[in-house]
Amino acid sequence: MAELDVDAVAGQAWGGGVAPFATNTKKLGMWLFLLSDSLTFSTAILAYAYVRLSSANWPRPFEISPAILNATFLTFILLSSSLTMVMAVAAAHRNEVKKAVIYILLTAVGGIAFVGLHMMEWFRLFAEGVTPWSNKWGDPLFGGTFFGLTGLHMLHVSIGVIYLCIIALGFGRRKFNADHVEVSGLYWHFVDLVWMFIFPMVYLMSVNLKG
Amino acid sequence: MSAHDTTALGTHQPGTKKLFMWVWFWLLILTGVEVLLAYMRLDPHPMLILLVGLSLIKSALIVAYFMHLRFEKIGLFLIIVPSLVFCLVMILIFVFPDSLRIVRLHP
Repeated sequence: MAELDVDAVAGQAWGGGVAPFATNTKKLGMWLFLLSDSLTFSTAILAYAYVRLSSANWPRPFEISPAILNATFLTFILLSSSLTMVMAVAAAHRNEVKKAVIYILLTAVGGIAFVGLHMMEWFRLFAEGVTPWSNKWGDPLFGGTFFGLTGLHMLHVSIGVIYLCIIALGFGRRKFNADHVEVSGLYWHFVDLVWMFIFPMVYLMSVNLKG
Repeated sequence: MSAHDTTALGTHQPGTKKLFMWVWFWLLILTGVEVLLAYMRLDPHPMLILLVGLSLIKSALIVAYFMHLRFEKIGLFLIIVPSLVFCLVMILIFVFPDSLRIVRLHP
């Protein structure tokens, strides 16, 4: 059998000589992770819809104030943090280190504000008798699915805040490059994207119109 | 290579500050429309279709502009989006018939 000409193969697309997606492995890896994570959230949201559909006494407890106003403000925070993240990526690619670090930290602050405000809402619901295993307004699965879905999202936001702080530190110390910032940005925008489905499905479909 | 050297791949940074601000602005507008819809006392089914439709538009804007997929090579788009759609369709094929059965079982 003839020996493989490594040099010749390395220059070809199928030999690994060029990148078929014109991107780096970090970014491709993150995209594939986000693909799998989007399926996790999709099945969680579908499970929520299924449970809601199968329930005869699903409550619609969210009044404009404080629940819907709070959730709308949370959406505003996440969208604005996505804007600061995209600015951070742009600054990182222009090699403006200080500016990029400030934008990343602003994004992280947005994430912390999101988690803080959301936790306050959780505690307000706890005080009203809604917990992951009970619900005084009707079907107990309301509490289970609400806290499960928003909790899974909040976990992602919290991990994102830690991730962004590590990236800001590493980029500020010049241990990471602009690609690292861009990949962390992909994760953050994904967290934002997921909320774009949770907000209408969980909150807006459960608005109390009697109030 | 030092950490701040631009790497050979994935360093293009298309899009301007103005473009990102516009996308952010439209995302906020669409969010406002969603909140208004929630108070229009529509039936749950058209409401769900409208809200999910608006969410899909918002997510497309985020993926295309904030996540730069619009500016990536088409190959990257083709390995991500069709596979996601395929998986979601497969999930829905199994969930939908049972969901509709549940609706019919309601008193």
